[in-house]
Amino acid sequence: MLNYIYPDYEVVRNYDRCINCRACVRQCANGAQEYVHEISKPVCDDGKCVNCHRCVALCPTRALKIVKSGNTYKTNSNWSVQTINEIYRQANSGGVLLSSMGNPEDYPVYLDRILLNASQVTNPPIDPLREPMETKVSLGAKHHEIRRDEKDRLVNNLPPRISLSMPVMFSAMSYGSISYNAHESLARAAEELGILYNTGEGGLHEDFYRYGKNTIVQVASGRFGVHLDYLNSGAAVEIKMGQGAKPGIGGHLPGTKIVGDISRTRMIPEGSDAISPAPHHDIYSIEDLRQLVYSLKEATNYTKPVCVKIAAVHNITAIASGIARSGADIIAIDGFRGGTGAAPTRIRDNVGIPIELALAGVDSRLREEGIRDNVSIVVGGSIRSSADIVKAVALGADAVYIASSALIALGCHLCRSCHFGKCNWGIATQVPELVKRLNPDIGYKRLVNLMKAWEHEIQEMMGGMGINSIEALKGNRLMLRGIGLNEKELEILGIKHAGE
Amino acid sequence: MKRVYVNEEWCLGCHLCEYYCAFAGSGEKDMARALREIKISPRIRVEEHNGISFAVNCRHCREPLCVKSCITGALTITDNAVISIDGERCVECCTCILSCPFGAISRTPNGGGAIQKCELCVKTESGIPACVQGCPNGAIVFEDAVGRTVV
Repeated sequence: MLNYIYPDYEVVRNYDRCINCRACVRQCANGAQEYVHEISKPVCDDGKCVNCHRCVALCPTRALKIVKSGNTYKTNSNWSVQTINEIYRQANSGGVLLSSMGNPEDYPVYLDRILLNASQVTNPPIDPLREPMETKVSLGAKHHEIRRDEKDRLVNNLPPRISLSMPVMFSAMSYGSISYNAHESLARAAEELGILYNTGEGGLHEDFYRYGKNTIVQVASGRFGVHLDYLNSGAAVEIKMGQGAKPGIGGHLPGTKIVGDISRTRMIPEGSDAISPAPHHDIYSIEDLRQLVYSLKEATNYTKPVCVKIAAVHNITAIASGIARSGADIIAIDGFRGGTGAAPTRIRDNVGIPIELALAGVDSRLREEGIRDNVSIVVGGSIRSSADIVKAVALGADAVYIASSALIALGCHLCRSCHFGKCNWGIATQVPELVKRLNPDIGYKRLVNLMKAWEHEIQEMMGGMGINSIEALKGNRLMLRGIGLNEKELEILGIKHAGE
Repeated sequence: MKRVYVNEEWCLGCHLCEYYCAFAGSGEKDMARALREIKISPRIRVEEHNGISFAVNCRHCREPLCVKSCITGALTITDNAVISIDGERCVECCTCILSCPFGAISRTPNGGGAIQKCELCVKTESGIPACVQGCPNGAIVFEDAVGRTVV
């Protein structure tokens, strides 16, 4: 059957620079590059290319580039080329459209419409190279009550907390959705940086228990890989209620990926599909959630904070208010730009709300209700730079979760083809010869470099504002001004417009 | 005393080391101009079998058979323990090629009148061997021989 679809992108080869080394041919797992012996030249089948840039990056003479093919249907403001092609694709397959990574559609990015303040004349900026600048944060519940013993000494009644060298953590990506080497890179980087990474729903590989103090172990609706040692191996436990890329939807790791170590880590038979239900079947209310929170606290002997991760959806403020009363120590909110290894396209692109609005709303609501100190707030869903982190903290976050940025540091080029399982960069794949393309010795260093660079930038930005600790920046919305936002947006964000 | 070591676990079999090697010996500034439309003859070669691949070049043996077998003294061990070839003295008898257990010596391309082998890029400007710099996955490293098995 004709599929009607012309490739969106084409690989352009400059034969004047091509030296026939065939690195492109050897590196393309999609079979898009082929060496034709009759003409002694490599050629490309654009229809198989996913635009992952592996060949472009490895080409030693820069003979390759990938450009938009530019093929178009008759111009139509209503029916875009993409819309028409998606209909063709579904008419061909009869299936739900799948996508990977974060929502790429043209919705407003509020972080880009917010500007930061700096000190001038009346209050001095701080030079982080000469003066102390604190980027350390501590996550968990805080009690107002100060207790003293009979000799009037302070009693440490702080619930268990986690400590981070900077307000960043690597967010949940399961072993299965990403490779062993990607996990090792994240774990080693988290250890060196003094931050945390997150196991995701796939359990924790036996080799990685040694990174326990830098690990958040996740309990999701499928409960894959959850057992007592697992819960006690991490620094915190996270209950995953939802994911920004696919709120209201469970997960599905196909049986073809449940092999060897992954089957063992997930505690399910080889070849069986790992289906995470949309709901937790034991949670239908905040009271039910409270039971799971306390079950996990009981299992970990009240030594670890429990985090509840939810997707940013319409009633996020009320939901967060409930979670803050459920006994959870940390609320993680995942915005609609958050990434995924596979999600139905329509869900990813149409469900959820921007993280900036969700964060501002939740922080304000919890403050109004006087329960902000019950929980720490961690936000994720496309935190792309140090400036995004500073803005998120000033909007009220205690820390941020990053995942896409971390994968990009590892080589991901956002081709959004994770669901095919043939990641040419060795990240979102379980094919051994592809997995080995990500050398964790290189990967973890790149992650450490990125975070160190961001830490310096955060210090510079804070110093410019005359602020010397994350704690003083947190919820400091006076440091923010909106640009090109309407009254309602400014009201929800709780910030003034630039010039005000 | 640094040496080139190859870690099979991370070798992707992309063969780029061969091309960076050939480029390093070309004297050209632009790789495309140096290597276009020629058959390269690198001093490092990727061996592949059954999905396993790794690059092989001169091991700079402590007791090198090639130096022993060289009838003109063209092959010598230099001060920094690199086995070096003096093209002026080589008479192309090829005994070294036959005696090298690693197959790391070959004839120069285009009838250059001598043999060629890896000299750890000591005769080029880079300092770090080109294959090491060019390997995209850190599979070829330039490290001290301390603690490693020396042939």
